Amino acid sequence: MATYLDFEEPIKALEEQIEKAKTLGEESDMDMGDKIKELEGKLEKKTKEIFTNLTPWQRVQLSRHPDRPYTLAYINAMTEGTFQELHGDRNVKDDKAMVGGFGQLDGQTVMFIGQQKGANTKMRQYRNFGMANPEGYRKALRLMKLAEKFNKPIVTLIDTPGAFPGLEAEERGQGEAIARNIYEMMKLKVPVICVVIGEGASGGALGIGVGDRILMLENSWYSVISPENCSTILWRSWDYKETAAEALKLTSTDMKKLKIVDEVVKEPLCGAHRKHDEIFDTLKKVLKKEIAALSKLDPIKRSADRIKKFENMGVTK
Amino acid sequence: MVWFKREKEGITTSTKDKKETPEGLWHKCPKCKTVVTAEDHAKNFYVCDRCSNHDRIGSEEYFQIFFDEGKYKEFDAKLSSGDPLKFTDTKKYTDRIKATQAKTGLTDAIRCAKGDIDGQPTVIAAMDFAFIGGSMGSVVGEKIARAIDQAIKAKCAFMIISKSGGARMMEAGLSLMQLAKTSGKLTQLADAGLPYISFLTDPTTGGVTASFAMLGDINIAEPGALIGFAGPRVVKETIGRDLPDGFQTSEFVLEHGFLDYIVERQNLKAEVSKSIRLFMS
Ligand SMILES: [Zn+2]
Repeated sequence: MATYLDFEEPIKALEEQIEKAKTLGEESDMDMGDKIKELEGKLEKKTKEIFTNLTPWQRVQLSRHPDRPYTLAYINAMTEGTFQELHGDRNVKDDKAMVGGFGQLDGQTVMFIGQQKGANTKMRQYRNFGMANPEGYRKALRLMKLAEKFNKPIVTLIDTPGAFPGLEAEERGQGEAIARNIYEMMKLKVPVICVVIGEGASGGALGIGVGDRILMLENSWYSVISPENCSTILWRSWDYKETAAEALKLTSTDMKKLKIVDEVVKEPLCGAHRKHDEIFDTLKKVLKKEIAALSKLDPIKRSADRIKKFENMGVTK
Repeated sequence: MVWFKREKEGITTSTKDKKETPEGLWHKCPKCKTVVTAEDHAKNFYVCDRCSNHDRIGSEEYFQIFFDEGKYKEFDAKLSSGDPLKFTDTKKYTDRIKATQAKTGLTDAIRCAKGDIDGQPTVIAAMDFAFIGGSMGSVVGEKIARAIDQAIKAKCAFMIISKSGGARMMEAGLSLMQLAKTSGKLTQLADAGLPYISFLTDPTTGGVTASFAMLGDINIAEPGALIGFAGPRVVKETIGRDLPDGFQTSEFVLEHGFLDYIVERQNLKAEVSKSIRLFMS
């Protein structure tokens, strides 16, 4: 069963009408062709109307849409059965909120790393809602070093409401784990491409977010804090999340304007959650293009450019 | 020895805010309530003689503690915040900046300077908690980046004194990127073979912990400082029970392997000076 957000309700209504018309046509021999065509026209128009006027808060909602594909779905689809998941940080445990491993994009071996969310209640808990512990970040770093050793490009897929703020996470150095990843990612001698596919919340996102190219899917968000937490802290109430979402300039288009991300990856008009195959295909094409371009650069220069890229971020007077 | 020669009124003030004592002449320890004269308190490095509580102090006090004769050359003192997001919450960000500048006499949450520590040239970037909770935005990132360039140019040791609630929300994505910017610059300091001492003071949390504060060649801290990634309130809410005693203190962080040593303020200069000598000679 597909899930519809409140602002997607008109789409749901039209889809239901189309279904009804089709059923009626089949059952009663009536020619519903024109009626269906008319409704499909309306649906397209309505979809366009809704999805070209999304507010920042609606995009945040879309980034968390229960039907939206998660990291492993992208990896599995793009690598067509060649992906092999690798586990563990070699120190503490295997963090289920962070996944990774080698797979091939049309013959090119790539290291994929990303936060993983779960699709149902049980899996959401198993994946800790995509909130990694220090061992998750250390697993990610181990895999990045592995890729570097064998000269394979790295693709990270970011989708997290934040690094896990738990007691053991603090004991095991959540801050240090993220800091170490940021630092080490600067120096990697292989191409690194980071893609925000859903939620990009704060240090938890940046812990796998340092690369030569930073991309965002159209309906994802990336910022220093979630709009809800921002609302709670600055407005001292949960009720200003929509205002906070606007103020934070966290959408893909705003982040591109701020020159924090390099490219916005277009989603299907109705959102990635309605047409999985289409977004998998789009992203695969984009990644292949980026990897090909980055692979041509000298590794030392590529790393120096990466540091420079982040050094240029910020506005002072 | 006079520990705190205030040359300009208005620069950070550990004594100015002590409202419970008349005209700031007296200091009452927030922990054990012992009352001493403000002058004696300053002479004792703002540490309580009785319970050894370390009061929060600002960049100026640390510069006075560390630099020989309290002499230093400050860099980029005028660099201040833009408003790239046109951010407004209950107040305009630009107004908040102006008001905080007027109140504290600071331009932003960090000051960077070069001076000598027992004759050893050192660049120090010291954060000021008084400025929007020591929050890190573009100015903090840029000043750290430039301070690292200064240390590389002078081929000297580099230290950051962290004191921050984390990244500055009003610069949102750009604040977050300062974690990356500062960490990237630290790789250049490392390439130059120069030591980076990360000194964590109360409090060091959030984005600062998830970047430069945890990346020292040595990480050191003052006693009893709050050090963590997530704030204690958030951790408490997450686990749904009370936090163990001493959770996220310097001593806790040392015990879990993320600090090299804890140093009392009275020994601060001597210990850091020793570390620098061991690295540089
Ligand atoms: Zn006391």
